[in-house]
Amino acid sequence: MNTLNPLEISRRSLLVGGATSAVLAVAPSVEAQPSPTASVPVIQRISLEVNGQQHNVEVDTRTSLLDLLREKLELTGTKKGCDHGQCGACTILLNGQRINSCLSLAVMHSGDRITTIEGIGTPDKLHPLQAAFVKHDGYQCGYCTSGQICSALGMLGEIKAGVPSHAATDIAASPALTNSELRERMSGNICRCGAYSNIAEAIAEVAGAKA
Amino acid sequence: MKFDKPAGPNPIDQGKVIGKPTDRIDGRFKTTGTAKYAYERHDVAPHQAYGHVVGSAIAKGRIRSLNLAEARAAPGVVDIVTWQNAGAYGTLPTNPARLLAGPDIQHYHQAIALVVAESFEQARHAASLIRVDYDRADGEFDLAAQAKAAEAGKANAVPPTISKFGDFETAFAQAPVKLDARYTTPDQSHFMMEPHTSVAAWEGDTLHLWTSNQMIGWAADDLSQIFRIPRANIHVSSPYIGGGFGAKLRIKSDAMLAALAARVTGRAVKVALARPQVPNNTVHRPATAQRIQLAAGADGRLLAISHEGASGNLAGGRPENATSQTRLLYAAPHRQTIMRQTLLDLPEGNSMRAPGEAPGLMALEIAMDEMAEKLGLDPVEFRILNDTQVDPQDPSRPFSQRHLVECLKTGADRFGWARRNAKPAQTRDGAWLIGMGVAAGYRGNMITKSAARVRLETDGSLTVETDMTDIGTGSYTILAQTAAEMLGVPLSRVTVKLGDSTFPTSSGSGGQWGANNSTAGLFAACSKLREIVAQKLGLDPALADFADEKVRVGKRSLRLVDAARDGAIVAEDAIEYGDVANKVRVATFAAHFVEAAVHAFTGEVRIRRMLAVCDCGRILNPKAARSQVIGAMTMGVGGALMEDLGVDQRFGYFVHHDFAQYAVPVHADIPHQDVIFLDYPDDKSSPMKAKGVAELGLCGVGAAVVNAVYNATGVRLRDYPMTLDKHLAKLPMIA
Amino acid sequence: MKPFSYERVATPAAAAAAFAAHPGARFIAGGTNLLDLMKLQIEQPAHLIDVQDLPFAQIEPTADGGLRIGALVRNTALAADPRVRRDYGVLSKAIVAGASAQLRNKATVGGNLLQRTRCPYFYDTNLPCNKRDPGSGCAAMGGISRIHAVVGTGAACICPFPSDMSVALRVLDAAVETVQTNGTTRSIPIADFHLLPGDTLPVGEFALQPGELITGVVLPPPLGGKHQFHKVRDRASYAFALVSVAAVIQPDGTGRIALGGVGTKPWRSGAADKLIPRGAKAVAARLLENAMPTDLNHYKILLTERTIAAVLAEAKG
Repeated sequence: MNTLNPLEISRRSLLVGGATSAVLAVAPSVEAQPSPTASVPVIQRISLEVNGQQHNVEVDTRTSLLDLLREKLELTGTKKGCDHGQCGACTILLNGQRINSCLSLAVMHSGDRITTIEGIGTPDKLHPLQAAFVKHDGYQCGYCTSGQICSALGMLGEIKAGVPSHAATDIAASPALTNSELRERMSGNICRCGAYSNIAEAIAEVAGAKA
Repeated sequence: MKFDKPAGPNPIDQGKVIGKPTDRIDGRFKTTGTAKYAYERHDVAPHQAYGHVVGSAIAKGRIRSLNLAEARAAPGVVDIVTWQNAGAYGTLPTNPARLLAGPDIQHYHQAIALVVAESFEQARHAASLIRVDYDRADGEFDLAAQAKAAEAGKANAVPPTISKFGDFETAFAQAPVKLDARYTTPDQSHFMMEPHTSVAAWEGDTLHLWTSNQMIGWAADDLSQIFRIPRANIHVSSPYIGGGFGAKLRIKSDAMLAALAARVTGRAVKVALARPQVPNNTVHRPATAQRIQLAAGADGRLLAISHEGASGNLAGGRPENATSQTRLLYAAPHRQTIMRQTLLDLPEGNSMRAPGEAPGLMALEIAMDEMAEKLGLDPVEFRILNDTQVDPQDPSRPFSQRHLVECLKTGADRFGWARRNAKPAQTRDGAWLIGMGVAAGYRGNMITKSAARVRLETDGSLTVETDMTDIGTGSYTILAQTAAEMLGVPLSRVTVKLGDSTFPTSSGSGGQWGANNSTAGLFAACSKLREIVAQKLGLDPALADFADEKVRVGKRSLRLVDAARDGAIVAEDAIEYGDVANKVRVATFAAHFVEAAVHAFTGEVRIRRMLAVCDCGRILNPKAARSQVIGAMTMGVGGALMEDLGVDQRFGYFVHHDFAQYAVPVHADIPHQDVIFLDYPDDKSSPMKAKGVAELGLCGVGAAVVNAVYNATGVRLRDYPMTLDKHLAKLPMIA
Repeated sequence: MKPFSYERVATPAAAAAAFAAHPGARFIAGGTNLLDLMKLQIEQPAHLIDVQDLPFAQIEPTADGGLRIGALVRNTALAADPRVRRDYGVLSKAIVAGASAQLRNKATVGGNLLQRTRCPYFYDTNLPCNKRDPGSGCAAMGGISRIHAVVGTGAACICPFPSDMSVALRVLDAAVETVQTNGTTRSIPIADFHLLPGDTLPVGEFALQPGELITGVVLPPPLGGKHQFHKVRDRASYAFALVSVAAVIQPDGTGRIALGGVGTKPWRSGAADKLIPRGAKAVAARLLENAMPTDLNHYKILLTERTIAAVLAEAKG
C-alpha cells in the first residue's frame, strides 16, 4: 500500500509549472529530472468555409477551432468561457450541427463549413432569434449569448431531425419542443448571469412553442 | 450636485422613459457577437503577444529556485516575467495576496510568472517547461477548526466585531420558545462566464489597459500605485464585461502581469486566466460557520436574537460578515451579533454578490423557518409578526421605506401559499415529494459619489460619458433612459459610452449601488445641461420643460437642437451625498417563494416554481431589473443545491476549480421565474429615488429553497450546499 | 499542450502504418476528451492520427439479429437511431443522459468507451495521481472523494469511470471490436474491455494494446423488456453521474442491472441480476458486496439501493 500510495506531503517539491506531475514523496534534486526536449511547433495549411467565406490559412496543429476563429480570423463573437467543453460559450455550427469549438482542432476541419454568430445576423439585420433575445432580455453580460443562440439554432435542427433528449418520456417517440425538452437540450450552455428563464422564452417564441 | 435633502419632484417622476420595460440598447451588439470584450481588442494595439500565467503549485511556502532556461528556449517565447525581472512595482493594501508572488507563496495558483510568446499555444506550452523548486510550509486551511478556536477565544483570529443591545443572555435563558442551531456555507466562486482578461500596452509613460473590470476608478488608482505613475498616465478601458459578481472589483493578476510584461517586452501583451486557474488565483466568497439563537414568547414575538458568524481570510483580508442583516431585519428587544474572522492560507476571500447578507440569510432564514415551526406559526405570518419599521437598535432611525410585509403578503397570495401543507412530507406527485418554502431578503443600499458627462451634440442628439460599467446589469440602457427623460429626447437619440478612465469617475458596479448612483450622477450632469441649454435659449432654467426635443416655458417653445447651434454643449457633474441617509435606514427588501420537488427514492431536488417580490425603490427599467433578480435567484439555487469549491485540507486549495467540478445551475435546473416589483420611489435614496436590486435578488433565495425541501421531506438541512447525500438516509421510507 | 504532428488517414491499414511510424501516437476522432486532457498536458502525444475518415460510421444489422455500431458513429446519431431507440432503449437513454448536445454531436462511440476519469486529482497536474503519474500516490484517498468509486477500487486508485454509454453497453452484453496494428481483429466482451485499476502500477484502464483501434461495438439480439436508465447527479443535466442504473426488466420481473458512478468500471454482477425479483435491497447488496467506501462517498451505497428501487418501481409502473 505504501509504495502504491506514498502520500506524505513532502516538505520540498519540484514542480514543473502546472504541467507535468507533481508532488513527490521523496525530495528530489533539481538535476534528477530529465527534461523533455522543447519541440518545434508544427504548422499546417487548411482550407475551410466560415460564414460563407473561404479561408486558406496556416495553423499550428495545436490551435483549437475556437482560437482559429478568435485569434486568427478575428471572429471574436464566439467566446472562450472555459476552453474545456464545460460551458458552451464557444458553440458554433459545424456543417449545421452545434459543437463546442474549443474541443476541436482547427487542422481537423479542412473542407468543413462553419457558421458562427457573425454569420447568423448583424446589428442592423438581426436574425429572428437574435431579435427575440433582445426582446426577452435573454442575456445579461452577453458573454454566453453567442453560444446560446448558435446552440438554439442547432437544437431546433435536432428536434426537426427527431433526435431524442434526456427529457423524453418515450425515447422512441418524436420529440416536441416542450419547456422541459428545451431546458434539457439547452443545458450545455451555461449562463452564470442566470438568464435562463428569459432565454427559454426567447427561443420558444421563435420556435412557436410555449416557454 | 449635493443630495442633502430628500428628493422633491423632478423630471424623472414623469416616467416617460424611466420605469418603462426597455430593450437594452447594447442588445443588438451582444446578440451578434459584435460587442468586444477585453481579450478581443485586436484593434487597439498591433503585434499583441500572448501571456500565460503560471500559478504556484503549493499553497504556502517559498520558491527555492526557478529554472526558466528551457521555457525561455522554447519556440516563440518573447520573455518570461517573474518577480525577479519585472522591474519596480508597488503592492496594494487592498490586495492581501500579491498579484505576482515570489519568492514567498501565499496561496495555491498564486501567479509566479507570466510567459510571453508570439502565440497562445506557444505561451501555454512554454509555461509547462518552467521548473520550480519549492519549500512547502504548513498552512491553516480548516475554517471549522479555526472558528471553534475563535469562539473559545483562542486561535489565530483577529479581534471579533461585537454588537450587543439589551440583555440577550438573560432574555434567551428565560424565553419559553427557543432555537439554538448551527449552519455552514461553503466557499463559492463567482465563476462569471468571461474569465479575467486584459490587454496592456505602454505608450511612453502612459499605460493603456483594456480589461474586464467593474470599477474603472479603482483600477486606475491601483495601477497608478503599482507603477508609481500619475493617474493621468493610466488609461483603462472596459466597455463590455462578461460578468463579475464582485470578482472584478479590483484588478487581478491578468491585468498586473499584462502591464508588467508589456513594460518588460515593449510589446502589447494580452492575458486571459485559464478557467481552472480562476478560483484559486483570484477571489472567492469565503465559507462561513454560523450560530443562530432565537427566542420568542408564546405569542410568536421574538424576544432575543443572536447571530454569530465566522469566516477566514488571508491577513489583511475582509470578513464575510454573515451577521450584518441580523442587526436590522427583525424586531426583538434583546440582541447580539458577533463576527469572528480567522486567518486561513486559502486564496483571498472577497466580495461576491451580496457579501455578508447572502450567506447570512442562507442561515438566518432557515432559523426563522425552524422557529415558526416550533411556535406553530405559518412562516409568512411569523415574519410579518416580527417586522420592524425602525432600526431595532436605534429606534430613532426609521427605515426610509420598508414594505417587507407587503412583499410577503403579495407573494403568498400570488404563489398560492395557502395551498402549502404546514406539516412536512405530506404532498406527493408520483415519485416526487413536493414542498413550498419562503424566506425574507434584506440588503442595504449603499450610496457613493458618481460623476458623468453629457453632451448635446450639434445634431440634437445626446452623448453620455462616464466610467460606469455594464457588467450585464443594463447600465447602458438605464443611463440612456435617464438622459432621455431629463432632456426630453427619444431613447434612440442617446449614445452612451462607458467603462473608460478618461470619462468622469462613477460609482462603478458593485454592492448593488451601480444603477442608483450612476444614474443619479447623470441626473446631476443632465440638470446642469438643462440649465445651460435654457440659458442659451434665453429661457428661465427654473421653469423650462424639456419634452419632445423641445424646450418650453409657458407658450414659448424652442428646439433643443438650436441650443447647440454654435457647437456642442457639455455638462459634467457628480452626485454627492449629504447626511440624508444617515437619519434613516435606507435598505431593500424581498420575499422569496420556492416550490421544490424531491425524488422520494434518490433525494434529487428539482425547483418547480420561483417567485420574488421586491421592494427596492423606483424601478428604472423593469425588464433589466427583472433580469437582475432572476439571475440572482438562479445563483441562489446554485448556492442552495450545488456550489462548493471544496477545500482539500492537506494541500490547501480549492479542488473544484473548473466548470465540470464546480457545479452551477444549467437550463434544466431553472424553471420559469416570476418577479414582482412593488415600485415605491424612495426620496431619501437619491434624486432617482431608486435603490439596488441585483443583490437583493439573491438574498434569502437559498433558504427559501432549503425550506421548501424541508417542507417536502421533513428533513432539516443546515449545511450548504444541500446535496442529496446530506438528506438521503433520512428521507421517508419508500415502498 | 506540447507540439505534435498530425495526419489524417482513411483506412485501418494507413492508421496502423502511421502508428508504426510514430510509436506513442494517439488516435483522434471526436477529440472531446483527448483535447481536454492535452490542454492540461495530462495527455502529451507527439503525433495525432485523425481517424475520422475511416469507414466505421455506420450502424448495421448483424446476422444474428443484433446491431453493429461503427466506432465513428457520433453519440447523437447512435442515440437517435430508430433501431436503437426501439430495441435498445437503455442505450439511447444512457447516451442522452451524458454530456451536452454539443459534445454528443462530436463525440464518437469509440471515444466514449475510452473516456478517462473525471477525478479532480487526475485533472490537476500539481497533485499526486497514480493513474496520471504512476507511483506519485493517490490524492483522492483521504481527499475530496465524494464522487469517487466505492467498488472495483484498488490499492493505488479509487477513481470513478465516467462513461454513461458504457454502462448501458454493459447491461446489454455488448462486445467491442478492434483491429490491431498487425491487422488482426478481435472482439472483446464489454465486461473485459474496462480494467480494474488493480493493486499494481500502472493502474489498469483499458484492454487495448498499443496501436489497437476500436472499429465498432456489437449489440446482441434485442432483449425485449423495459429499458431504463436512471442517472443521479448534482444538477439536472450536463454533469457526471453520482450513481447511474441501467436496467432491462422483463415482464416476469427478471432482468439485468448495471451501475455507473460507483465503480472504477461499469459495474454488473450475474449473481445480482438473479436477485432482481427479490428487490432493490438484495440486488444492491450483492452488487456492492465488496464496497470500500470513503467517509465522503459512503452515501453511494444507499443511493445505489434507492436508485435501483426507483428503476424497479418505474419498470412496474
